[in-house]
Amino acid sequence: MKGFPLLRRILQAVVVLWAAFTLSFVILYLLPGDAVLTKLGSAEGGPSASPAQIAALRAEYGLNDPVIVQYGKHLLAALHGDFGTSVATGDDATHQVLTALPPTLAVSGLALVLAIVFGGGIAVLGTFTRTRWVSQLLLSLPPLGTSLPTFWVGLLLIQLFSFQLRLFPALGSTGFASLVLPAVTLALPTGAIIAQVLAKSLQTQLAEPYIEVVRAKGASRRRVHFAHALRNAGLPALTLVGVVAGNLLAGSVVTETVFSRDGLGRVTAAAVTAQDVPVVQAVIVLAAFFFVVLNLAVDLVYPLLDPRVSVRKEVPAHV
Amino acid sequence: MSEAVLPQRFLIRRPGLLLSGLILAAVLAAAFAPTLFTGQDPITGVPSERLQGPSLAHLFGTDETGRDVFARVVHGAGLSLRATVLAVLVAFVAGSALGLLAGFRGGWLDSVVMRIVDVLQAVPPILLSLALVTALGFGTTNVAIAVGVAHLASFARLMRAEVLRVRSGVFVEAARASGVRWAGVLGRHVLPNALGPVLVLATVTVGIAVLEVSALSFLGFGASPPTPEWGALVAGGRNFLATAWWMTTFPGLTVAAVVLAANRVSRALDGERS
Amino acid sequence: MLEISELAVSYRTSGGVVPAVRDVSLRVGAGEIVAVVGESGSGKSTTAHAAIGLLPRGGLVRRGRIAFEGRDLTTLSEKDWRKVRGTGIALVPQDPTVSLNPVRRIGEQVAEVLLIHRLAARGDAAALAVELLRRAGVDRPELRARQYPHELSGGLRQRVLIAIALAGKPRLIIADEPTSALDVTVQKEILDHLAGLAADDGTAILLITHDLGVAADRAARIAVMSEGRLVEGGPARELLAAPTQDYTQRLLAAAPSLSREPLRPRRAEGPEVLLSVDSVSKTFASSRAGSVRAVDDVSFQLTRGRTLALVGESGSGKTTTARMAVGLETPTAGTVSFDGQDVTRLPAAELRRLRRRFQLVYQNPYASLNPRFSIADVIGEPLRAFRVGGRAARVAELADQVALPSSVLRRKPAELSGGQRQRAAIARALALRPDLVVLDEPVSALDVSVQAQILNLLVELQDELGLTYLFITHDLAVVREIADQVGVMRQGKLLELGPADDVLLRPREQYTRDLLAAIPGGEQVRA
Repeated sequence: MKGFPLLRRILQAVVVLWAAFTLSFVILYLLPGDAVLTKLGSAEGGPSASPAQIAALRAEYGLNDPVIVQYGKHLLAALHGDFGTSVATGDDATHQVLTALPPTLAVSGLALVLAIVFGGGIAVLGTFTRTRWVSQLLLSLPPLGTSLPTFWVGLLLIQLFSFQLRLFPALGSTGFASLVLPAVTLALPTGAIIAQVLAKSLQTQLAEPYIEVVRAKGASRRRVHFAHALRNAGLPALTLVGVVAGNLLAGSVVTETVFSRDGLGRVTAAAVTAQDVPVVQAVIVLAAFFFVVLNLAVDLVYPLLDPRVSVRKEVPAHV
Repeated sequence: MSEAVLPQRFLIRRPGLLLSGLILAAVLAAAFAPTLFTGQDPITGVPSERLQGPSLAHLFGTDETGRDVFARVVHGAGLSLRATVLAVLVAFVAGSALGLLAGFRGGWLDSVVMRIVDVLQAVPPILLSLALVTALGFGTTNVAIAVGVAHLASFARLMRAEVLRVRSGVFVEAARASGVRWAGVLGRHVLPNALGPVLVLATVTVGIAVLEVSALSFLGFGASPPTPEWGALVAGGRNFLATAWWMTTFPGLTVAAVVLAANRVSRALDGERS
Repeated sequence: MLEISELAVSYRTSGGVVPAVRDVSLRVGAGEIVAVVGESGSGKSTTAHAAIGLLPRGGLVRRGRIAFEGRDLTTLSEKDWRKVRGTGIALVPQDPTVSLNPVRRIGEQVAEVLLIHRLAARGDAAALAVELLRRAGVDRPELRARQYPHELSGGLRQRVLIAIALAGKPRLIIADEPTSALDVTVQKEILDHLAGLAADDGTAILLITHDLGVAADRAARIAVMSEGRLVEGGPARELLAAPTQDYTQRLLAAAPSLSREPLRPRRAEGPEVLLSVDSVSKTFASSRAGSVRAVDDVSFQLTRGRTLALVGESGSGKTTTARMAVGLETPTAGTVSFDGQDVTRLPAAELRRLRRRFQLVYQNPYASLNPRFSIADVIGEPLRAFRVGGRAARVAELADQVALPSSVLRRKPAELSGGQRQRAAIARALALRPDLVVLDEPVSALDVSVQAQILNLLVELQDELGLTYLFITHDLAVVREIADQVGVMRQGKLLELGPADDVLLRPREQYTRDLLAAIPGGEQVRA
């Protein structure tokens, strides 16, 4: 009973990853507009490239093969971690993406910690406090957090903390101090989502009949809140992990541009600007990989926390 | 229920909602008739008045070529809103159609649609939009389509879930048991009862779409430079962050206000429904 | 010991302040069982929750005193309340399936009471919890203590909740409809057990119930509540024998469990077989243990103009049988014929045509009406489906037949009372002038006085229109009032089938005897 569903979940994860690759292939290589060709043309000398040159390049990139053959070749290469060479820089796309990953992970990691501490804290305190205005104030923060454009928040932070107060550097990617403002910016929408989901979940749990039974035992509010409600409310929040990771990765495109930091987000933004298809595809597949692996991890942990579930069936999704 | 008196009392007891409605109305008006709000030219500036702070003559100040920032924000409303509406429409129409089909038809079609939805949701929306922009090319319309497609999956999923929920409802079986044909069951019983939450999602998506469209525009994938667009305006002010704070602050504030207003109205609609 | 005087409670809602309890006085002596009886909205549950300081959000004690052992509870701080709850006053809640924390082990949840009140050291609490579970009648308590709530049946979970309530050796237990979510046979066992344990410990019980029969069986004193007020109170025997208030009299007359007489004389089988069910079985594919046989070789015949009641507890297969009878479920084996026509093998189009002749009324009148339709649309929907002309006139006629005022026709289901909704559902079922009406627990979601009205309506309609009823219910008391023939189902099998008088008065099967004995109010009727 235990080993079988697990194996199926792993298989499912692999299928989703494959499907994500296929999706990116369909979008990037098959959609009208022939972005590849335009790009190839301009990369090798702009629209002035002669028809003969273009034809040669088409052949070189395999664009004259039937679609299914192109797909097969790409898939086979991708299985070996090869997404082709960057059209813009000529580097190996995979290598370019992976070398850009560590600084992004550093910012995202710090942002995740901030998001969990502050997002979770706001949700728990907002539902725990009995002072009405405190609760209202705290619980009105998350909707505000999800409504602010991150690029703007980043710029405001730079204005305030770099130019006015001179506490943190405005730009750059060296040293811990340079991490702080980008991480705060990145943490804001993520923390807001965590807070919203957890607060809603806590409110739902606190209205459940079993809470009344616990209170009838003579339990303190703290015991009711933390030993019973939070334990149950945390479960739906846990399923957000994959979504949160995706948000951080996607958010880094904007934050790294705002703070001029090196990292995956900058690479992505540059690749889109240059319509650098191989790099964009590598990023998409990497994002799907993180999503799939984290959800798999949550699936493995979930049964340990919720006795009703052996292996979670539904995969949560980005909203 | 007296229709005329109730909304007034309803709004007066909710000043935030009233303000949100006014903001949205103003932005809509700006989109259709920008000259109502400003007589200044958004494209060509007055070089002698460059980089001036906010004043009565220039509410939001002026930029590096002496263009009035307020005029640019007002004239940007049209493009930014059009992109938002297009994005939500794409997501809503295509997503709900897929969801309806999957939920009502069931079987293999359901499996296929839902697998596609799974995959669409395995990639964060912004990245998916970026991939689409890479393929489709830049421009406001392409950005809007990209944002719409990235959110299509959540509509499909919700619509399907709602159709399944309603379809398994006792009153639907009661209709079937009293001899109503499938078209009647779908049109008179399932769809009207399933649509509510999906419409609410559509209103929620308005705020998200404003944010994402402006983020893509900020990154430079929207309309080309002289044309004003909210995200691009913020990006344009980046280089003058230290000297001309108003160039980033006011356009950004506009986006934030519109998103907050849209979310507030959407919450009110959700509350009224339940 | 508990003395509630002139209590008034109201709820703050978005629509203003709504009074729930007004001027209620009540006394529970040490070791005594007192029952508060009332229909939904009577304020009985609010009174109980006020007494343990657990009013739902927005609830507020506006006036009055709740004295427990001489101390006024209404002025207690949250901290002092905590000392009273669990050791002074304990609670047995309404629905056991949602009243235990799903992610904590049973043993921990019982032991928690001991730990909160420092009645046991951490090391001993677990063993004591097992002992408490054993006392509450939980089988294999050592095993159960290590299990999670979802692994236990509803009845077992209620026993766990009783163990929790008894753990702190309280002087008073408030039992809020403690068994209404459970099957009747389980209900009786658990109430007996709870009453026994309380008697052993000298614990008083404040029993909240909608069922006068349940109150009559166990309480020394009964208080009847209606619309937030105390209607009448006094020693159970006197109150039941000679109620002084109109409302109590009506409640007593309506309580099916307290009457033995059928609503109309029972009739023998008629000459014409309308519905014939022949060795029908239904197997559902289940993800876990292969498949579940919901209905197992069931046969019966229903003659025109008569009422056959199928009785059984949850999981007995009675509803599945009814659904097969109207072609909503296809039998795995066996046949269903309606008026000589085999329903099970009928093509969809013909089955639809036949649907004009048999209709279904569901248990929950709210869920079975499209919330966006007006009542007129609800009733007219079958007419519309079969393109019957003169719809408006027919709808008005139907509303009249089921005694629905014409003013409700324009309203939405949510604006109607439960009884009115069920009338609308019945009107819809009658719209196409069917021969057979299948009634799936048509009154179990309704208050007793409304139940009586609907049952009377059904009987009148049957006589007037010559209807044939297949009546599905878990409630033998209802069967006693309405059935001509009775079939008793258990675990998918039809155990016993025959004329109502035979089955109810001279049951062949032990299970039928158990069911009959479990009808609350039995002792009163016998006395």
